[in-house]
Amino acid sequence: MIARLVVASLTGHRARTLLAVAGVAVSAALLLDMVMLSSGMRESFRSLLTSRGFDLRVAPKGTLPFDTEATIADATAAIAVLRASPDIVAVAPVLGGTIHLPRAGGSAISSVALGVDPAAQGDYVLLDGREPGDGEIVANDALLAASGHHVGDSLTIAGGYDPQLRLLDAPRRVRISGRVRFVYLARDQRAAAMPLAAMQALGGPTRRDRVSLMMIRARSGADAEAVRQWIAARLPRVTAISTATAIAQVEQRLSYFRQLAFILGSVSLVVGVLLVGTLVTVSVNERIGEFAVLRAIGIARSTITAQIMLEGAVLMLAGALLGLGLGLVTARYLNAILASFPGLPQSIDFFLFQPRAAWTALGLLAIAGVAAGAWPAWRGASLPIARVLREEAA
Amino acid sequence: MSEPVLRLDAVERTYHMGGEEVHAVRGVSLTIESGEYVAIVGPSGCGKSTLLNLLGAIDRPDSGQVYLDGRDVGTLGDGEATALRLRRIGFVFQRFHLLAALNARENVELPMAEAGVGRAERSARARELLAYVGLAAREKHRPPQLSGGEQQRVAIARALANRPALVLADEPTGELDARTGGEIASLFRRLNDDGTTLVVVTHDEDLAAAAKRTIHMRDGVVVRDERASPLSVATGVPAARSQR
Repeated sequence: MIARLVVASLTGHRARTLLAVAGVAVSAALLLDMVMLSSGMRESFRSLLTSRGFDLRVAPKGTLPFDTEATIADATAAIAVLRASPDIVAVAPVLGGTIHLPRAGGSAISSVALGVDPAAQGDYVLLDGREPGDGEIVANDALLAASGHHVGDSLTIAGGYDPQLRLLDAPRRVRISGRVRFVYLARDQRAAAMPLAAMQALGGPTRRDRVSLMMIRARSGADAEAVRQWIAARLPRVTAISTATAIAQVEQRLSYFRQLAFILGSVSLVVGVLLVGTLVTVSVNERIGEFAVLRAIGIARSTITAQIMLEGAVLMLAGALLGLGLGLVTARYLNAILASFPGLPQSIDFFLFQPRAAWTALGLLAIAGVAAGAWPAWRGASLPIARVLREEAA
Repeated sequence: MSEPVLRLDAVERTYHMGGEEVHAVRGVSLTIESGEYVAIVGPSGCGKSTLLNLLGAIDRPDSGQVYLDGRDVGTLGDGEATALRLRRIGFVFQRFHLLAALNARENVELPMAEAGVGRAERSARARELLAYVGLAAREKHRPPQLSGGEQQRVAIARALANRPALVLADEPTGELDARTGGEIASLFRRLNDDGTTLVVVTHDEDLAAAAKRTIHMRDGVVVRDERASPLSVATGVPAARSQR
């Protein structure tokens, strides 16, 4: 019977109910977006860093991976030291740099290039073709599109280019063995990868036996922190950072986003509570006489309280369900805008939908809906029956 | 001798309105036995409705006691008083006060649902009561689709829902025309003939004439308490009454 009264009350004022639900939906959409934003980037980075299965990253002393152009010297010896550890099962060295491809008219296309160990690399996913061998490279769609080449084509690359003289420095012919997607690079960033030795040779003497980064895969069950300490003790010229630490650092850097999301989410929740609270209060004020009569004929306070609070909760939940859909649409739109920010890795999402986020938003809204109805419910249930009936009769 | 349905001992009730004290009920003592049909009459503001609220455990006396079925309602907590109203008292209001969102049957079912009566049982009883008040064919009509007289009949059916020991009515014909008021008066008489104890506050002389006992109030006190002879009740002639 309570449910029947709640439905009757809400459908009795259709326009008001619809407007309230729409208002709550907007508030819920913002709340969901903020919950998604607060966890989206963090989860996205975590997923990015753990997706290739590496547990540690080794960079030049005092730097973060690819934070600077610094490189690790004597890479062969360093790799040998690392491979000697019983807790390290794979080492993936990476040398970053730039290559140049000649274009008609004497100009050149520049592209990011990575020197990797194709057997152990964790920088790209092969989409088409095969891993690069001697005299071969793999390229992403952006580079293939810009250069007009396809998998199987041969092309000229160089490690340097003089734009005044329009001359390539020590050009060489390579073949494109595969099409790839780079995990850590932006979607529209032109990039290629080749065997580490080829990349070092392209860079000339300054890049000989050097790497920018080494990614370490630890033995299953090994303590990443113990491995990090082992590396620090044996290779004093490098900084080893575990993936867990990297994630923690990213989280620290993203704390502004989380604070912003928390504040905006709280504001949206408060707006929802005020909206529903106002509506339920107005509704209760209009029905003071009705509640007095109900109390007079023996309807318990708890029944009336439940009815009024249920009205608030229904409004909030209806708005929340609508808001979830609206929130997902707006998150997708906003994500597309933010993801186009230059230099961001292709797989980074600002707004990541997680069922937990949706449940969190729904739960918060349900609690808020009940809370919003609490005060008007208390008013409706505790009114002085005789006085209200007397005033109603007057 | 069995316990009276209602007993009032020196009941007082004072309101504070606009900084003034209004002595609505002053030292009223009376007893109402099971099966009685009592009309409370008097000029506006004499304390009739206040007395009715005290009888119905809607209000509490400032002093004195109100006993319903031997229980002092002044000592009951809100929950107990609410349960008492639900199960032992039926209310009929001047302005009917049906829930506009519910149809006639659902309005009658409402107190039964609160009392925990099962859906099938309360539905059957609601139909039975609507038939009793002559509205069997109108059970699915909502209050705005019913005339004033029909709404008051539904309200009477609602008052009877939990088989109360006592039905209290506050100006039940106040919003009705003379013909419809007469029909309600007849219905009350039939109710009482069927054993329901009735206390009616009214200005309606016809309705008061139908009662077996009339309590006259003025300025918060009972000034006359008279019982009608069986003949006068049957003929509706108020003159043939004995004073106490």
